[in-house]
Amino acid sequence: MRATAVADWEVPRIPLGERFADLVQWLQDNFGDFFTAISEGLDSAVTSLAELLTWPPTWVMILVFALLALWLRGWKFGIAALLGFALLDGLDSYDSAMQTLSLVLLAGIVAVAIAVPLGILGARSDTASRMIKPVMDFLQTVPQFIYLIPAVIFFGIGVGPGIVATVMFALAPGVRLTELGIRQVDREMVEAGEAFGSSPTRILTGIQIPLAMPSIMAGVNQIIMLSLSMVVIAGMVGTPGLGADVFEATTRLQLGAGFEYGVSVVILAIYLDRITASMSAKSAVSRARRLAGAA
Amino acid sequence: MPSIQVENLYKVFGRRADEAVRGLLSGDDGTETAVPGTTAAVVDVSFDVRSGEIFVVMGLSGSGKSTLLRMLNGILPATHGRVQLDDVELTAMSARQIRDMRKRHMSMVFQHFALFPHRSVLQNAAYGLQIQGLGKHERLERARQALSLVGLDGWEDRLPEQLSGGMQQRVGLARALAADTDVLLMDEAFSALDPLIRREMQDQLLSLQRQLGKTIVFITHDLNEAMRLGDRIAVMRSGRIVQIGTAEAILTEPADDYVSEFVRDVDRARVLTARSVMDKPLHTVPSSASPDEALRTMDEQQLSTVVVVDETGAPVGAVQESDAREAVRHRRSTVDAAQRPVSRVRGDTAVSELFTAASGPLPLAVVDEHGTLIGVVHQAALLAALGEVERAPDRTEGEDR
Repeated sequence: MRATAVADWEVPRIPLGERFADLVQWLQDNFGDFFTAISEGLDSAVTSLAELLTWPPTWVMILVFALLALWLRGWKFGIAALLGFALLDGLDSYDSAMQTLSLVLLAGIVAVAIAVPLGILGARSDTASRMIKPVMDFLQTVPQFIYLIPAVIFFGIGVGPGIVATVMFALAPGVRLTELGIRQVDREMVEAGEAFGSSPTRILTGIQIPLAMPSIMAGVNQIIMLSLSMVVIAGMVGTPGLGADVFEATTRLQLGAGFEYGVSVVILAIYLDRITASMSAKSAVSRARRLAGAA
Repeated sequence: MPSIQVENLYKVFGRRADEAVRGLLSGDDGTETAVPGTTAAVVDVSFDVRSGEIFVVMGLSGSGKSTLLRMLNGILPATHGRVQLDDVELTAMSARQIRDMRKRHMSMVFQHFALFPHRSVLQNAAYGLQIQGLGKHERLERARQALSLVGLDGWEDRLPEQLSGGMQQRVGLARALAADTDVLLMDEAFSALDPLIRREMQDQLLSLQRQLGKTIVFITHDLNEAMRLGDRIAVMRSGRIVQIGTAEAILTEPADDYVSEFVRDVDRARVLTARSVMDKPLHTVPSSASPDEALRTMDEQQLSTVVVVDETGAPVGAVQESDAREAVRHRRSTVDAAQRPVSRVRGDTAVSELFTAASGPLPLAVVDEHGTLIGVVHQAALLAALGEVERAPDRTEGEDR
C-alpha cells in the first residue's frame, strides 16, 4: 500500500511560467509609460541613424565603407568591402542593410556601455563576480526567441523590442571578456602600481584597462556579432531591416529572395567582424610598438 | 636608529585568519594552523632594518619571504603585529596614508620586472614620479638621470620588450631609484636573470648602494646572492625567521640543522674572511730577539715558523726553524737576519683571495687597519675552512669578539 503511494508521488506542477507572466504584467501595469518612452526614443534614434547612413548617394557611402576597410586592414579588405557593398546595392538590399547596421550600432553601443562597467565590477569584486556570472549564463543560453516575448509586451513591435532583446542577448560575452581581460593582467603589474602609490582608480585606468584592451575588444567584437544575429531574428517582431526581409521571405517560402537577403546578412556580418577585430589590434601595447618603431 | 622595525608580524590566509593567529599566539606550532582552511605564511617575525644597510631575507619558495616583503609596504595587510617605518606605524595607516607613504618613502623592484608594456622605457622609469604628481618635464628629466645611473643611456624611447632581461631589470631598478625613496624593496629582483647577468647586476647594485646609501630589503632564495649582497641576512623557514646575522655568522655558527644544511653548498671561499679562518698569533718574537729565543719559542709551542713583529706590533717577517738554526750557527745576534718576508692581508679579505697570497710554506699575516698583527693564516687552516661546517665553531671559539 505504502510502496505504491510513494511510487505514484510526483513533483507537483510548479507555476514558474505563470508567475513570470504575472511579473511581466505587473511591470507593464506600473511602468508602461516608461517603457513606451524608451521604445520611442530608440525608434527615433535608429531612424535618424539610418537616415544619416542613406542620405548621401549610395556610391559615396560604398566608397566610405571601402576606405574605412582599407585604413583599418589594408587594400585587400578594402577591395573586398567595395565589392561586397556594391553587391548589397545590386541585390536591392542596401537600404535594409543600413537599417540593420543602425540597429546593430545602437544595440552594440548600449550593450558595450552596460557590459564593460559590469565586467570591471566583476573583476574588482569576487562577490559581484559571483552574482553576475549566473545572470550572464542565463542571458546567454536562453533561446534567442524567448527574449522577444517580454520585449514585445513591454515595448510593442518595431525597433524598441528589437534593440532591447538584442542588448540582453549580446551582453554576456562583453561582460565575461572584460572581466577575464582585467583579471588576467599580471598581478605583479598591478602590484607595481600599488607599490608606487597609485590609487585603485588610477591602476584601473592606467594599467588594467589598457592591458586588458585586446580582451575587451574581443568582447566588443562578440557583442557586435551577436547583435547582428539577434537583430535579424527580431525581424519577427517587426524590427525593420534585413531581418524583416528575411522573415517575410521565410513565411512566404520565397527561395530566391530568402537567399539574396541571407547573402546580404553574411556580407554585413563579415564586414562588421573584420572591422571590430582590427580595432582590437589598435590596443595600447600595439600603439606603443608603432611609436617605438618596433614590429 | 632602525629604519624599519617589524614586531611579531603574522600573515595568515583564509577566512578564519584571526582565529588561527590567536591559536599561533597561544602556542600552536608550524604553518599547520589548528584552524582548517587557513595557511600561515608568516609567523611571529621580528627584525629591525638599519638605515642604509642591505638586509637580505633568504628562504626557499613557500617560506613566506615574498609575503613578508609585501607586508612591509602594505600591499598585503598584516594579520597581526606591527610594521614601523622610523616612528610611524604602517600597520595602523589608512589606505590613503599607505599610498602617500609609498610615494614618499618606499619603492619596489619585482622578480619579473613588472614593467608596463605600453609605456616606453623612459615613461616606465618616470612612473613613480608621475604618481607623485611631478610635472612632465621634470619627471622625464629625473627618469633620464635614473636610467643613466643604471647605464641605460640611449634606450629611453624603446619599449621594455625590446630589451634583454638584464636591461629590463635595470629599468625596474631605475623606476625605483627615480622615485627617490629612502627604502627600496627588492623581491627576488635578480632571480629571473641568467647567472652571468645576475652577477653583473649584483655588482651594480653594490656600487649604486655605495653611492646612494639606501635602506634595502632584498628577498632571495639564492644563498650565494644573499651572502654577496647582505650586510645582514635573515634566514626564513616555514614562515619563521630561524636566524639573523652577517653572512659569516650564518656560515660559521648556523643556528640549527636546517641552516647548516642550507649553507652546505655555499661558496665558502667568497664569504669567509681572513679574520674568521686565522689563528690568533699567541706566539710572536720581537725583531730584537736572538735566533736562540726564536728557536726556543718554536720548540715550546711546537711550531715550524714564528712571526716576527716590530715594536708597534706590525709583522715584519717570519722565521722558519731551519733558518733559525742556520742563524744560530752563524752566530747572528738578532732574528731579523733569518726572517723571510710574509704577505700581509687585511682581516676582511675573502678566503678566495688568500689563496693567491699564500704561496710557499710561510703563513699569511693578518693585520688590522693600523697594520698591527691580529692573526696568522696557515695553509692548512685555509683548506680546512673550505671543508665541513661542523669544524668552524671550534676554530672561532679561540677568537675574542
